[in-house]
Amino acid sequence: MLELANISKTVGGQTHIAETSLALAPGAFNILLGPTLSGKTTLMRLMAGLEQPTTGRLHFNKQDVTGLSVRRRDVAMVYQQFINYPTLTVYENIASPLRASGESKHDIDRRVQKVAGWLKLAPLLKRKPQELSGGQQQRVAIARALVKNARLVLLDEPLVNLDFKLREELREELLEVFAGRESTVVYATTDPTEALLLGGNTATLHEGAVTQFGPTREVFYQPQDLLTARTFSNPPLNEATMVKSGNRISNHNGLSFAADGGLKSLAENSYTFACRPYHLLLSEPDAPSVAHARGKIQITEIAGSESFLHLDVAGHEWVAQTHEIRDYQINAEVDLFIDTRCFMVFDSTGRTVAAPEFS
Amino acid sequence: MKTAMKVANLPRLVPLLYIVFLLIPIYWLVNMSFKSTNEILGAFSLWPQEFTLDNYRKIFTDPTWYNGYLNSLAYVAINTVLSVSAALPAAYAFSRYRFLGDKHLFFWLLTNRMAPPAVFALPFFQLYSSIGLFDTHIAVALAHCLFNIPLAVWILEGFMSGVPQEIDETAFIDGHSFPRFFVRIFIPIIASGIGVAAFFCFMFSWVELLLAKTLTSVEAKPIAATMTRTASTAGYELGLLAAAGTLTIIPGALVIYFVRNYIAKGFALGRV
Repeated sequence: MLELANISKTVGGQTHIAETSLALAPGAFNILLGPTLSGKTTLMRLMAGLEQPTTGRLHFNKQDVTGLSVRRRDVAMVYQQFINYPTLTVYENIASPLRASGESKHDIDRRVQKVAGWLKLAPLLKRKPQELSGGQQQRVAIARALVKNARLVLLDEPLVNLDFKLREELREELLEVFAGRESTVVYATTDPTEALLLGGNTATLHEGAVTQFGPTREVFYQPQDLLTARTFSNPPLNEATMVKSGNRISNHNGLSFAADGGLKSLAENSYTFACRPYHLLLSEPDAPSVAHARGKIQITEIAGSESFLHLDVAGHEWVAQTHEIRDYQINAEVDLFIDTRCFMVFDSTGRTVAAPEFS
Repeated sequence: MKTAMKVANLPRLVPLLYIVFLLIPIYWLVNMSFKSTNEILGAFSLWPQEFTLDNYRKIFTDPTWYNGYLNSLAYVAINTVLSVSAALPAAYAFSRYRFLGDKHLFFWLLTNRMAPPAVFALPFFQLYSSIGLFDTHIAVALAHCLFNIPLAVWILEGFMSGVPQEIDETAFIDGHSFPRFFVRIFIPIIASGIGVAAFFCFMFSWVELLLAKTLTSVEAKPIAATMTRTASTAGYELGLLAAAGTLTIIPGALVIYFVRNYIAKGFALGRV
């Protein structure tokens, strides 16, 4: 269990990490999700002890480790770049943490062989890292992190520099390898899809602040605020500022629909309405209350079995994700429907007022 | 047809001529070293008419000659070891840490190379005379550090900055102590940089004459000084001088061979 208590980091008057408190549980993936420069790496470096926090304390298993040298901590880390010792063989690269802690020759050999077996590195042990492919190099780095059996494992976008197929493969392997372990695993990523695939818990970051922390699916389906919803959405969220007045919800761009169902109880005010691209439909769904709008096609992206329609809906730039091939002429007009239960509604401060239910 | 062939050969002819011109002085030196002084001063000849090894024999048997080489090699070796071992930690600090005035200090190091060595000849001479270091190998080696440490720091800093800092961090995360990381992991990674830095130290120390000559008299007299003396006192011993010159080229050529693949990076101070 890694606990961050009011940790913050300021460098030269610039806030890199705003005051953050997190409790990361062992045995599950703890995901840091956020765009580049949102502070994922800094937060990880603080957790590892590679950097010291400006304020706050860091506890690991009830023990205060703030200021403890990284050498004395029980931590392992994998970087986004493939970091290995270029002059040492794969075997020595993996054995490095064991050599540092002075294990016996026999023990080192046994543990290196075991980890190399898991990560399919057994035939490559005699080679140098430069003679390996990118995926194999990253496997060596992961093996070095695993062989140490550290109680805190930090993975900083470990799959970003790999090609698509390898990424999928290695992600599966990571899930398997860590499944039976009691380590606290922290995984940083910019990709919402990857966060959902890994499961566990997710902390969403925005400009150095954690906006929400909780079980990954909960954070995805019921974000606490607009920033979290935006961070955890790819393609981006479809948003519109709407005003509820009487029985109608409308804005001066011409979007308007009846405030039926759950929206009835909404107080009269100005809100940000948002829906995910896969909730923006091209045919009317069977639902008690449906919002309707007309949009103009800007561009159609066809990605295999899916299409992404980039639309101009009354001046808003929206995206509709469909699970079929749809090809339209530019500027073609289409009807769009949203089941009003799928709306996420945020008040003027960005707090969530309503979010779709999930099971 | 004939002109076409001439044009086709031109790209090969130009570098060939260039290399021939470059090699003429070296050839002439080697040529002279196998001649007797009388032949050198006599009629013009492209190669030795009376081939002789007497000049070399004299150098290898006469202690005043071969001690010159030993002295030079001694202070050059001491200087190279001193410069590189002092520059390694300094370069690491410049490459990895930010501290007050680091950029100014780094630049200031280089300004040491901007003054001619003659400027330092007098202070070194006076200082070493008064503390009893005059005419020792270590005196010349230390004096040459003034130029070579800044150079080695700059070269090594370039090579070190090419190594991602994450390697250092990974080593610390693995649990290695700093000395162990530095010696077992870091130094092997920048081995080529150390080779290049050592080469440059060797080269500057080997060719530097003024300080080496000023700070020595008998015990640590460098070969270059021996060569100039011979020319002035014992009349014209041109053959002997040429043989000494030829032998002086050899160590440099040998060292260059070992770092030939990294030399360009070295001239760019490791920043390629």
